[in-house]
Amino acid sequence: MSAAALETRGLCKTFGALTVADDINFSLETGARHALIGPNGAGKTTFVNMLTGVLPPSSGRIVLGGEDITDMGQAKRVKRGLGRTFQINALFRRLSVLDNVALAVAERCGVARRMLRAASAHADVRDESMELLATLGLAEDASHRILDLPYGKQRLVEIAIALGLKPRVLLLDEPAAGVPSLESHRILEVLDKLPEHIAILIIEHDMDLVFRFAKRITVLVQGEVLVEGPPEEIAHDRRVHQVYLGEQRHV
Amino acid sequence: MSAHAGGYNADPRIRWIEFLPWIVAIAAFFALPEYLSLGARILIYILYALSLDLIVGYAGIITLGQSAYFGLGAYAAGILAAKAGFHDPFVQLAAAAAAGAVLGLATGAIILRTKALTLLMLTLAITSVLLEIANKATSLTGGADGLAGVIVDPIFGLFKFDIFGKTAYLYCLLELFLGWWLVRKMIYSPFGTSLTGVRENSLRMHAIGAPVYWRLVLVYTLSATIAGVAGGLITQTNQFVGLNVLSFESAGELLVMLILGGVGRIYGAFVGPVVYLIAQDLLAKQFPEYWYFGIGTMLVLVVMFARGGILGIIDRVVLRLWRKP
Repeated sequence: MSAAALETRGLCKTFGALTVADDINFSLETGARHALIGPNGAGKTTFVNMLTGVLPPSSGRIVLGGEDITDMGQAKRVKRGLGRTFQINALFRRLSVLDNVALAVAERCGVARRMLRAASAHADVRDESMELLATLGLAEDASHRILDLPYGKQRLVEIAIALGLKPRVLLLDEPAAGVPSLESHRILEVLDKLPEHIAILIIEHDMDLVFRFAKRITVLVQGEVLVEGPPEEIAHDRRVHQVYLGEQRHV
Repeated sequence: MSAHAGGYNADPRIRWIEFLPWIVAIAAFFALPEYLSLGARILIYILYALSLDLIVGYAGIITLGQSAYFGLGAYAAGILAAKAGFHDPFVQLAAAAAAGAVLGLATGAIILRTKALTLLMLTLAITSVLLEIANKATSLTGGADGLAGVIVDPIFGLFKFDIFGKTAYLYCLLELFLGWWLVRKMIYSPFGTSLTGVRENSLRMHAIGAPVYWRLVLVYTLSATIAGVAGGLITQTNQFVGLNVLSFESAGELLVMLILGGVGRIYGAFVGPVVYLIAQDLLAKQFPEYWYFGIGTMLVLVVMFARGGILGIIDRVVLRLWRKP
């Protein structure tokens, strides 16, 4: 088994008397296709926010590729290869699709702080962004504003922005949320084509998508890891059925 | 003259319509020699408004404190000229720029950690503090009486500041041109595009690894530098500095000019001061007691019916004409 791309050790988060993350020991292997599931309020988004540096943990450590990043700011974590998408669209709504992705690419290349040459003169940034859009089937929408884009495509732009950062670890926070089920297969197609070396942690409520995509699943309940294992094990785990899936799903 | 926004697919070349302000400015120099003092004042306010547009329109920093940097620039140039015996115009202007930059960096580093109303209040506080300092430090600033005795040598030793304001007008036009060139270049650059990103969604900018805070501090400092230069110019053309350069009214008035012209489009900063200051000049002559009423009415109409300011109206009219063959 290869080294962990991302690891948490005894991660806790409390808000006053409320514990939203309780001693989470989690490991994401290099190139993993890992899903984090759990009922609403299980603390999944809090967990992602701690990983990305939006929220400081109350205790515990976060290790990215062997380096302790617990006290690092968001920007530094991104520079070290930690990318994310958002549950609710967090795009630059009045900018073009191309600019949404190019902003990320430019940050990664260190171009974004340049002042004297025009942005459009940086053909490398534009070409890379266009290429990325093409692989996601968004090339024709490059000049459209996000505002004018159907929701499903906006979700794809989310992923495109994260990929523009060339992450080693990618956290996908409900990539199919709000997407009509007819279109969610499109999201899965894109996820299936993501470069293999990227370790991916997906948080998703769409169980079809989770079970088709993930090779490993962690179930989080009330801030604690209930169980972790391959999909077939999780699907048959009685505890998971009780707290999360109900008795509806039989695999 | 649509909104000027950078971006990785934006053509940065200067369009023919962008020559228009310069043609008008040069034509005014020859056609309206009796109005050159007002003209120079307008040019200075355009530069000042441009500095505001950079942070308000592009970076999305709301402020009522731009007069702090304008005023400090004005006093820096004035004190240097009247008290320290530095009479070279470019030295005075460099001092004004440096004063604006230092204050911009020092205050920006503190206040840009906050947002929205807190930020707005802090910008206001900085201006008020500076105003009180200028009021009390009478030996340096002349206090409420103002700072007189500002001497400015001829530019390059050749062009004397004359009473008709010819030299001042051209000198201000040159400085404005440089400021415009710089701001325009910045807006079309990757840096400018990233500022637009911060304005649109600072959360996402953090998530793509942008040092949002430092970007804002940098643009704020640059804007304060330009405002400082504008302040230096007002001192040199008036050869006097009054407390009003630091007043909250001056900052508010500037914001009104920018909104009137159109925010976040470069040329709104050109149109706003022209309309505002000419209206002020005409109304003050016609109705000395009620001229503010006219300005107020104009602003209410623009805010209610013309989002995007005067340039926004022009945009819509052009669009409509374009669509009807």
